[in-house]
Amino acid sequence: MNCTDFLSQLTDYFDGQISPELLAEVRTHLGECDHCKVVLNTTRQTIEVYRGNEIYEVSDELRERLHSAIMSKCSAARKQA
Amino acid sequence: MPAIQSPGTEEVHPDVALVARAKEGDTSAFEQLVRQYERQIFRVAQHITQNREDAEDITQDTFLKAYEKLEQFQGNSKFSTWLVRIAVNESLMRLRKRKTSKTVSMDEDVQTEEGSIPRDFAEWRPNPEQIYDQNELGNILRKTIQGLPPGFRTVFTLRDIENLSTEETAEALGLSVPAVKSRLLRARLQLRERLSRYFGQRKEGQPA
Repeated sequence: MNCTDFLSQLTDYFDGQISPELLAEVRTHLGECDHCKVVLNTTRQTIEVYRGNEIYEVSDELRERLHSAIMSKCSAARKQA
Repeated sequence: MPAIQSPGTEEVHPDVALVARAKEGDTSAFEQLVRQYERQIFRVAQHITQNREDAEDITQDTFLKAYEKLEQFQGNSKFSTWLVRIAVNESLMRLRKRKTSKTVSMDEDVQTEEGSIPRDFAEWRPNPEQIYDQNELGNILRKTIQGLPPGFRTVFTLRDIENLSTEETAEALGLSVPAVKSRLLRARLQLRERLSRYFGQRKEGQPA
């Protein structure tokens, strides 16, 4: 397995959807290639930092405002129908 | 892993009953669905449009559309995936209307070379959460995801931020599973490369 092959397996590797044969090849490649090891670790950190930090918070006030607006629009649509 | 399932034991998603009641005119059932998904729909719209007012409008329009077209929802996908699909379409339409945005389709801007090797950066040490306070980190993460083309941003948002499965993401975007996987890979690698400029140190001797 070379670096390009490794990259093509990266998504399935993260998803745990990789066959045991390919997984063994990925592990062998990672043991030999520092560059891909860094790519793997920093990509994993990229995903984790986005999952761990809600960057667009929905405040309770915004949520209530949205909720009322949605329900009143739906109620207007119901009356029209 | 093959799932072992005996007939009749398949779990029915609780939304199925709510949707059925809503279809019969039970407004409180529909309201419960709204409560369940309004935050998620808002986040998806905000991630795609990068604009809070647009995201508010889109969230309202998404639920109104869902309400009006509820009869058309056949239950072949999850109700939440159906909602996300409406929200994504509304968001992309909104981007298209914006004159400043030149790349708005799910198919555009994905022409980067398949399999090209990412540039070499060192590991991130220490962890970004330890270097930046919550506010700064939030700014960096927002700025970085804003820089992604909408097609990549959308796939990353659904798959990695909203935790939809690859199949659900494909369904919500009208893309094939391989197309989702390839966009997700490129989105993740681009984000990683951009974040590495903040969080990682370039290895000595590497060109800028």
